[in-house]
Amino acid sequence: MKLIFEKSVKGRHCDLLPKCDVDLVELPESLRRETAPALPELSEVDVARHYTELNHRVHGVNCGFYPLGSCTMKYNPRIDEDMASLPGFAGVHPLAPAYAVEGCREVLDTAARYLCELTGMQGMTFQPAAGAHGEFTGVLLIKQYHDKRGDVKRRKIIVPDSAHGTNPATAAMCGFEVVNIPSAPNGCVDLEALKAVLGEDTAGLMLTNPNTVGIFDENILEITRLVHEAGGLCYYDGANLNAIMGVVRPGDMGFDCVHMNLHKTFATPHGGGGPGACAVGCKEFLREFLPASALMDGPGHIQVRSFAGNFLVVVRALSYLLSLGREGIPEAAQNAVLNANYLMRRIQGSFDLAFDRVCMHEFVLDLSRFKKETGVSALDVAKSLIDYGMHPPTMYFPLIVHEALMLEPTETESKETLDWAADIFRALYELGYTDPETMHEAPHHAQIGRPDEVRAARNPVLRWQKPEG
Amino acid sequence: MSYVPSTPAERQEMLRAVGAEDFKALYRDVPQEVLLDRPLNLPEGMSELEMSRRMSEMAAKNRLFPTVLRGAGAYDHYIPAVVRSIPAKEEFLTAYTPYQAEMSQGVLQSIFEYQTMICELTGMDVSNASVYDGATAAAEAAAMCRDRRRRVTLISAAAHPDTINTVRTYCYGTGDELRIVPMKDGKTDIEALRAMLTPEVASFYVQQPNFHGQLEDAEALGALVHEAGALYVMGCNPISLGILKTPRDCGADVAVGEGQPLGMPLGFGGPYLGFMATTTKYMRKLPGRIVGETVDSRGERAYVLSLQAREQHIRREKASSNICSNEALCALTAAVYLATVGPDGLAEAARQCMAKAHYLCQKLCEIEGVELVYTGEYFHEFVTALPRRDEVLKALEDAGILGGLPVEEGVLWCATEKQSRAELDRAVAIVKEVLAG
Repeated sequence: MKLIFEKSVKGRHCDLLPKCDVDLVELPESLRRETAPALPELSEVDVARHYTELNHRVHGVNCGFYPLGSCTMKYNPRIDEDMASLPGFAGVHPLAPAYAVEGCREVLDTAARYLCELTGMQGMTFQPAAGAHGEFTGVLLIKQYHDKRGDVKRRKIIVPDSAHGTNPATAAMCGFEVVNIPSAPNGCVDLEALKAVLGEDTAGLMLTNPNTVGIFDENILEITRLVHEAGGLCYYDGANLNAIMGVVRPGDMGFDCVHMNLHKTFATPHGGGGPGACAVGCKEFLREFLPASALMDGPGHIQVRSFAGNFLVVVRALSYLLSLGREGIPEAAQNAVLNANYLMRRIQGSFDLAFDRVCMHEFVLDLSRFKKETGVSALDVAKSLIDYGMHPPTMYFPLIVHEALMLEPTETESKETLDWAADIFRALYELGYTDPETMHEAPHHAQIGRPDEVRAARNPVLRWQKPEG
Repeated sequence: MSYVPSTPAERQEMLRAVGAEDFKALYRDVPQEVLLDRPLNLPEGMSELEMSRRMSEMAAKNRLFPTVLRGAGAYDHYIPAVVRSIPAKEEFLTAYTPYQAEMSQGVLQSIFEYQTMICELTGMDVSNASVYDGATAAAEAAAMCRDRRRRVTLISAAAHPDTINTVRTYCYGTGDELRIVPMKDGKTDIEALRAMLTPEVASFYVQQPNFHGQLEDAEALGALVHEAGALYVMGCNPISLGILKTPRDCGADVAVGEGQPLGMPLGFGGPYLGFMATTTKYMRKLPGRIVGETVDSRGERAYVLSLQAREQHIRREKASSNICSNEALCALTAAVYLATVGPDGLAEAARQCMAKAHYLCQKLCEIEGVELVYTGEYFHEFVTALPRRDEVLKALEDAGILGGLPVEEGVLWCATEKQSRAELDRAVAIVKEVLAG
């Protein structure tokens, strides 16, 4: 397929603006751009068709099954898009006077109310633009808390080795030393390992529960108690909230602050990698440390991005929350857990389960034995799924399971989709023993064959260049 | 309204299949004390019709202004229809991050095209796939410029207050110092900068045009920064780059900025778009996702997420940034915008922004008491003194015009290609009327 620049024809254009009805003004020569940017020259039909062609090479969750563990790829309700496009939301300037933005304030306050209730928190901000950004905000709450108390020796943040890479990266960005603790054989926090690292230098713990192998850590109250006893605070990574919303609240588990991924749990679209939005909630004693906008709210607070955050994404999340409501929220969580257990039991008997026990909203397959016996890796299985029209699950995460494939169907998949998916996994398991070669070379019927990622990294070509002459 | 497709009968069937009596049995690992033993204290779920009515009621509580003469980091530009409709396509909208290249060439190629366009706008060699907004882009740029010896960040006082506060927060995180270079006559005080460029300074950030709309002497500032052995970061307005000297030509090492003007609605502040571009020399220090070109197993051109060894999922606590998501759909929006307007259209939009703003300024300053505060060259924003400011702004608002932003010195006005001469004349007439009365 051609790049858009390769479709450019000199002189093609779109007539978007009227002729200027005031006198033009020239920049002084010293400030003028020397050569025009080499943007493509196209008519509207060229643009429309190019992006249609690209769009055909994109697979969205509203188009098909997307069992990515840890990503919560649930159906994105169409009505939420309509709500975010309402001119009354889309056309509002962030710096308009207070009386003109009461609707926006109500959206943020209502969303905060819903999310505080479901997490057991008292304060909430929507300024962070993504999960990692929310983690950064949450850990900064912890940092400010200790700094204000003058407790400067607390330099360490504890992170289990099963954690998402953003957790330790965030702790480092906040100036903390990361202390990794190994997980117990059941994938949960090893209490002895935790006790061994707790001390006067503990600023806090970052944890997700259920954990990244989809298991609820039943020692959670003991874990948060131990951290509090040592003088640290507990941060909840809300990536897995879909398993427990309306059933268990992070605040009741002993967490002091939480982040929630609106683009996961609350069905806002992923957009090919963003924009997400993140709500960060906290207990009352941390509220004073929440971020604000210098221009909108005045000085005196940390700030993680301009203005109030990804407001139009919050609109989508609120639309979803209002739709689900009191009974729909736990219903979503319960069915996410049921669907995951159902899919797991239907696949069981073929690929090995990393943990043969009731899971939460996601489960992990361990393909190390399979690879040893057939030579077919988790990557090969993932690439083979593409030939069946299924987006592969998460590969090689968490790091504590080898040859891992993590599946999270979510509650918006039907039983027949789960049966279809299970049948494909079982078929691929058989294929591994009978025709591994096909799987090493997969996918065979996709947009492209396997890309040469090594070459991409060794000879980085990161933009199109106009050919010479 | 629930989006769970399974019927009660199907749920029973599945519960049986997994050997669970009921839903409660699935949560058997959860300690009793931690289980929520009551319904959530929230309203019942709403049907689609009810919910849309409720949300529309909230939207109706906002007051929209047909004419927006306020900028300050959020700009009311004309958004062409295709720029709205293309990112709304269900595939683009609901796709995940393109980790599986064989299923995501559409997303990957559109980002590769976006990266190319950002390089063209800024004159730089490499762009990433976007970060959250212009303020975080500035903070990430400051971080990428630091090394073992040079840890201090300088930022111009004439930058957007939210940018300064965000950079300050990121510096607080890593325990690095931020020093603010004072302003003089609405621009960075170049002599003050000279004095502040000491050996421990890693970078200096200037916004072009700056928060007050003034055009900085970007080349001269850059030369000073390099003389001192530090790196030069410029925060740019992407529309202005249709006609303004590129950050590359001004000597910038890193070019960042707020991409919202490229087709994103005001949206009460977000989602917006942070762009980041740099020279080949600093390519591996860029945070965030980057798409690269390669070939597939059949020798065909293909696109992949590349240089992932920089990122958090590989390097964890050694990653230079924790950033994971980007603003992909906003980057797509920006690319569609740039493809639709083309080089001539972008230059035309920029020229008209500049023309309208200068016209508005000229007419406003003809009114007694209204004076230009900063008199240097400007792009599309300017500050005037404004007597009886609140009264004037209220009168404008009553007429459906959002006037300039109240600032310490008076009012920060903005005009774009979107306002007609008639709209500008009307605004001026109202100001004149109030001040005459």
